Amino acid sequence: MATVTIDGIKVTVPDGSTILAAAQEAGIRIPTLCHHPDQAIKANCRICVCEVEGQRLLAAACAMPVWDGMVVKTRSPKVIEARKTILELILARHPQDCLNCIRNGVCELQDLAAEYMIRENPFTLKIKGYPKDTSTPSIVREQDKCINCRRCIGACSEIQTVHALGVEKRGYEAMVVPAMGGQLSDSPCVVCGQCIHACPVGAIYENEQIDEFLAAVADPDKVVVTQIAPAVRVAIAELVGMNTGELDMEVFVAGLRQLGFDYVLHTNFTADLTIIEEGHELLQRLTEGKGKLPMFTSCSPGWINFCETFYPDLLDHLSTCKSPQQMFGALVKTYWAEKMGIDPAKIYSVSIMPCTAKKFEAARPEMNASGYRDVDLVLTTREVGRLFQMAGLDFTKLQPSKFDSWMGKYTGAGVIFGATGGVMEAALRTVYEVVTKQTLEDVNFTAVRGMEGIKEAEVDLNGTKVRVAVGHSLGSARKLMDQVRAGESPYHFIEIMACPGGCIGGGGQPLTKSNRKRAERIDCIYVEDAGLPLRKSHENPEIKTLYEEFLHEPLGHKSHELLHTHYHPQHKKYF
Amino acid sequence: MAEELRIVLRNCGVIDPLKIEDYINAGGYKALEKARNMGQLPVIDEVKKSNLRGRGGAGFNAGQKWTFVYQASADQKYVICNADEGEPGTYKDRIIMESDPHRLLEGMAICAYAVGADKGYIYCRGEYPYVVDILRQAIAQAKDKGVLGDFDIEVRMGAGAYVCGEETALIESIEGKRGEPRYKPPYPGVSGLWGKPTVVNNVETFANVPDIIEKGADWFKSIGAPSYPGTKIFTLSGDVVNRTFFEVPTNTTIRDIIFGLGGGIPGGKKFKAVQIGGNSGAIIPESLLDTPADFDSMAKVGATLGSGAVFVMDETRDIVDVATRTAKFFEHESCGKCAPCREGTMRIHEIMEKINQGKGKAGDMNLLERLGRVMSVSCLCGLGQAAPVPILTTMKHFRADYNAKVKE
Repeated sequence: MATVTIDGIKVTVPDGSTILAAAQEAGIRIPTLCHHPDQAIKANCRICVCEVEGQRLLAAACAMPVWDGMVVKTRSPKVIEARKTILELILARHPQDCLNCIRNGVCELQDLAAEYMIRENPFTLKIKGYPKDTSTPSIVREQDKCINCRRCIGACSEIQTVHALGVEKRGYEAMVVPAMGGQLSDSPCVVCGQCIHACPVGAIYENEQIDEFLAAVADPDKVVVTQIAPAVRVAIAELVGMNTGELDMEVFVAGLRQLGFDYVLHTNFTADLTIIEEGHELLQRLTEGKGKLPMFTSCSPGWINFCETFYPDLLDHLSTCKSPQQMFGALVKTYWAEKMGIDPAKIYSVSIMPCTAKKFEAARPEMNASGYRDVDLVLTTREVGRLFQMAGLDFTKLQPSKFDSWMGKYTGAGVIFGATGGVMEAALRTVYEVVTKQTLEDVNFTAVRGMEGIKEAEVDLNGTKVRVAVGHSLGSARKLMDQVRAGESPYHFIEIMACPGGCIGGGGQPLTKSNRKRAERIDCIYVEDAGLPLRKSHENPEIKTLYEEFLHEPLGHKSHELLHTHYHPQHKKYF
Repeated sequence: MAEELRIVLRNCGVIDPLKIEDYINAGGYKALEKARNMGQLPVIDEVKKSNLRGRGGAGFNAGQKWTFVYQASADQKYVICNADEGEPGTYKDRIIMESDPHRLLEGMAICAYAVGADKGYIYCRGEYPYVVDILRQAIAQAKDKGVLGDFDIEVRMGAGAYVCGEETALIESIEGKRGEPRYKPPYPGVSGLWGKPTVVNNVETFANVPDIIEKGADWFKSIGAPSYPGTKIFTLSGDVVNRTFFEVPTNTTIRDIIFGLGGGIPGGKKFKAVQIGGNSGAIIPESLLDTPADFDSMAKVGATLGSGAVFVMDETRDIVDVATRTAKFFEHESCGKCAPCREGTMRIHEIMEKINQGKGKAGDMNLLERLGRVMSVSCLCGLGQAAPVPILTTMKHFRADYNAKVKE
C-alpha cells in the first residue's frame, strides 16, 4: 500500500495504483478524455496532467503510478494553465456546431469546455473538412469531429479484435481512420458499434433514421408494427429519467403507442421461437450427425459479420436460424398479417433494437422471405429514447398498456436473450425437457451468467454429456473460434454475442463508458426473468398456437422457408 | 586553445573499418574478453563508477540503466543501440559506425554480457543505408571470428521519422508498429522491446564502453567535466570555418569549440548565435559561450548539450526566421499521438510564420510563451517537450529581433 497526499488529502491505495485512481479515492475527479476504464492506458490527451512534488514534468494521472509519500496537486495554477491550453488546442480543431450534433448534451468535450470555462479561444479554428462516412447502413463517422483520443481503436482492436480502425499520417494531420484510410465499409468493420460507446464526442454514431420513422407513422396507408428486443426495456429507462430496469414493460408499451405505432409486439416472442428451432437443430446435430459441431448461435448480427469476415471456413458451424429480429420480420408479414387480416404490403415493420448491426442485418438482400423486406426499419434504443424526449412523455404518469396479440407473449427464456449466456440458458431449459421428457426443477443455469469473458458448463441430457460455452465480445469469440479452427474445441454448443455483456451492452444502447453499467443491466434482466410466470420457451402459449396453426413442426418446411438462412464469406476491400 | 582528445574516434581514419583484423590488431575485442572474465556485476559497477552518461541527449547514467535490466528477472532481455541520429546537424554516430563499427559491436556485447541479454538490435537511421551495409558486414565478420559468442545482433532500419530516435518510439518501430512513444514509466529497463527488460543506449555511449572496461573507471573519470566525464563528439555546421567533427573533453567551452577548433566565423563576420544539440536545442548568444559543453553546465544556463550538434549563425542570420524553420520542422515531425504536441507544434509554427512575415501582434508573443511553457511540461515525450525550446530561448535572448517584426 502507498500513502499519497492529493490536494492536501491523504489516501492510502494499493501499490501500482494510478494518480487517477488515488484521486478518486480521495474524492477528487480528475478530468480525462483518452482514458477508458475497460481499455489499456493511452495517456495521449494529457488533459489529466497533475503536478507531482519534486518533478519538473507534469504527470498524466491516468498513467502515473503512485509511490509512498507522493504529493500531488491536481489544480495548481500550472496544472490549470496546462489543461486550459490543451483544451483550447483540441477545441480549435473541433467543429463548433454543438447545436446540430447528435452528442449535444452528452459530450465529454463539451462538458470539459464548460468545466474549464473556455470563453475565448486564442487559436484560430481549423477544421479538416472531410465528408461524413456513411458507407455502412449502421454507423456514421465524422472525421472532422474526431479528437484523436483513440478510444474507438481501443474498443475495436483490444476488446473486439476487429482492427477496423487505425491512425494515419503524422502530427496535426494524424487522424483515426478505417483500414488503409478507406471507408468503413471497405474495412473489416462488423458494425457492432462498440466504438460509439467509446467515443467521447460526436465522431462516431448510429445511422439515425428518425425521419424515416416519422414519415411512416404519418402515412395513413401504412400499418406500423413494432417489435422490442429483450435488452431494450432495462436500458431505455436510463434515457427517460429513471434508473436502469425501472421502466415497467407495459408503461413502455404505452409510450410506444404515443409515438404512433399501430401495433406493439415483442421480439421476446421470436426469441422463444428461436429456442424451439435452434434447440431442435442442436439435437439434430447431436443425435443425427446432421451438421457440424460445435454449433454456434446466430442471433447476434455483429457476430455473424465477424464470422463471415474472419472465419468464413467455419460458417457451417453456425445455426441456420435467423435472428429473432428476422424471424419476427418474416412472420409479421405472413402469419401475423394473415391472422389479423391485414394486407402485408401495408405493413411497415419497425424493430427497436439495442444494436447497430441490426440495421445492417435488416438490409441484407436475403432477408425478404415474406415476399417483402422483412424488417423495414431498425431504430436503436438511443433513437427511441430521443423520440420519447421529443414526445415529451412523463412515464410516471402514463397508464400501462398490454401488448397486441399473436406475437406479443413471451417467457423468461426470451427475456434473458438480452444478457450474455441468456440464449444458452434458454436453450438448455427447453432442450433438457425435450430430451429427458422430465420437468426441469431449477431453471437457473447460473454457470453461464455474468461478465466473465468466456463461461462454460456441462449438462447431462439422459446420459449424454453436452458441453457448452458462452463468449461475449468478439475478443472472446476469437479465442473460441481459434480453438474450433485448430480442432481443439471441447464444446458441442457455443453462444456468442458480439458485444460485451451481450445485447444489453449493444452498440445501440444508451451510452455506457464501463462494464459496470452493463453488469447492472444484466441484473435487471434476470430479475425480470425470475418474476415471470412462464420461463421456458416451449411453454409460451402463442408459440404453441404458431406451431399448431402455421409452422406445424420445428425445422419443418415453413420454418425452413421463413426462419432459416445461410451465411456467406464477406470479402472486404482492405482485409 | 582547445585540443582534440580521441577516445571514441581513436581508430577513425586509422584502420580499415571493414577488416575485423585491423580492429583486433588495434587492441579491439580485448575489453570484451576482459569483461567476460570480470563477471557481470563488476562490469556494471565499473561502468556505473565511470559515470558514463548517455550521449544521445538525455544524459542518463549508463551503468544505472544497465543495473535496472540486470536486476529485472525475465526469460529474455535485449540490448538496443539507438543509431537513429535524426537531430539535424548531427552526424557523430555515422562517423563512429562507418569508421569503426566493431567498437560499437564490442560495446554492445559488453553490455549484453553484463545485463544477461543474448539479442541486440541496432536501429539505424533510414538515411544511412550504406552504414547499414557496413554494420551488417561487421556483424558477419564478428560472428565468423566468434568474438560475439552467443550474442546476436540484428540491424533494423528506420524509415525517416525523427521521433523514432525517442527510445520507446524506436522500440515500437522495431516491433513493427507505428513509430510513437509510449508513456513512461514503465521504462524500457523494466518493460522494453516486446515487454522485456531492454537497454537502449546511443552509439557514442556504447563506443565509450570498451575503453572504460579496458582502462578502468578512474581513468575515464579523470577526463573532462566531473559530472559528465569523458569526451564528446561535436559536429559543426553553419557559419563556421571548419565544418567538421571534433572529439573533445567535456569541459571544453563552447567558445573553444567554435573559435578554437572550429576556426571561428568565416568572411570576417561577427558571431550572432549558436544552437547546440540539434533542432531541439537552445539557441544561445555570445554571452553564454564560455559555458563548458558538459550536460550539467549547459543545463545551468538554460541550454542543452543534446546530441552535440553545433549550428553556428553569423550576424547576417535572421534569428526569427531560423526559429520559424525549427517550428516547421517540429510540426512535420510530431507523431500526432499526444494532443499538446500534435496541435501545439502546428500552432507554434502558425504563429511563428505570422510573426516572421511581419503580421504578428503583441499578444502572439504571450501566447507562444504560454504554449511553450505548457508543452515543455505536459507533452508525452521529449519531442514535444523540447519543441518550444528554440522558440523560448530566442525570445529570451533575441527579444529585439522579435520586437522588430511584431507590429503593435
